[in-house]
Parts: sequence; C-alpha cells; structure tokens
Amino acid sequence: MKKVIEIVDEIDTAKVYAELSDANSGGICVFVGAVREFTNNEEVVALEFETYKAMALKEMEKIADAAMQKWSLNKVVMRHAVGEKGVEEPVVIVGASSAHRDACFEACRFLIDTLKETVPIWKKEKFKNKTVWVSAHP
Amino acid sequence: MNVLFFGITKDIVGSSEINFSNELKPVNVAELKKQLIKSYPEFSKLNSLAVAVNSEYADDDLPLNGNEEIAIIPPVSGG
Repeated sequence: MKKVIEIVDEIDTAKVYAELSDANSGGICVFVGAVREFTNNEEVVALEFETYKAMALKEMEKIADAAMQKWSLNKVVMRHAVGEKGVEEPVVIVGASSAHRDACFEACRFLIDTLKETVPIWKKEKFKNKTVWVSAHP
Repeated sequence: MNVLFFGITKDIVGSSEINFSNELKPVNVAELKKQLIKSYPEFSKLNSLAVAVNSEYADDDLPLNGNEEIAIIPPVSGG
C-alpha cells in the first residue's frame, strides 16, 4: 500500500494518475476540489487557505489509514493546497486505486468527506468588498 | 503556556501565537476553553471550538501541564 499525503502550494492535477496507477489496480478514482466563481450568488475573487500543517498531515494519514482498513486499496493520494487560489484553480485532490471500481469509488468519497470534517485547514472567501471565514459562524 | 491560533481565532486575538504564561494556568482543556472565552467573548459565537494538544484533538478532561503545544481549532473548512 502506497500513500501520498501532502500539503503543497500548488496542485499539479496531471501527476495523480502516475501516483495511483499500478499493475494490480483495475480502477482509479480521483476527486478534485476547485474554486467556484459564485457562493450564494456572490462573486468570489479568491479563496485563501491556511493550515496547522503538522496536525493536518497527521489527520490526513489517519483518514488514509482508515480508508485502507475499510476497503481493499492499492494506493491512496491526499493532497491539499494552501495560499491564495483563484477561480478554477484546484485546491484539493484525493484518490484511490483498487482491483475493482467499487472500492476506489467509495474510498474516494470517504477521503474527501472526512478531510472536510476533521483536517485543520481553514478557508477564507474573498469577495469584492468583504472576506468571510467559511463555516465559522452559525 | 503558549497557544497557537488559526483561521478566525487568529483574527479575533490578532496574533497567530500568544504566550499566556502569566495569565493562564488551566488544569485541563475544558478550563482552558473557559478562560479563553472569557478573554475573547467572540469565541463563544463560533460554530465550534476545539483544542489540539501536541497536534491531536483533545477531549475536555485532558490534563494540561503548560508544556504542551496547544492550538485552538475553529470550525475547519478545507476542501
């Protein structure tokens, strides 16, 4: 089982196929999260991400290990970007490869859903005339 | 006691790291939260407020001795 767990400044989406591909995997599933132009009809200029890196890497390792326990996976990638990202730029990429497609599809969903719940990364939405920390307030 | 702040809590306190050695001597995580909310009432308006001790999420009853790496974790929003 090979894991790639990283916090990076820029995500190169082209790298992930080589990282997940292997002779035992008939299925590779990848999720890419990107910056959307509108939030509640308001135009987003950019998103800014910050992290508590030491803890974020540990939490991402735990998620990858949990996925490995639940499904029979050959490789897992979890990579999140930090810094300011513009519309259409990738901010997170997660993926898994497995012998058959069911395992990697389910694992991929688990990887991104759990990352969003537990990994200490924070996103600030920058609009034209204000900035908002996402999910901070009810 | 050194405390790291991230996201909106960093904006509220105006710094990413504060040394509270003289002001705070909480015996556990729950007491630390209570003392911080007293100093920064804005914290009580957040959706959640977690504490990490030595880069792991900590339960309220975890004892503190002041030598740990302590971080305040407001609602996370990665992805």
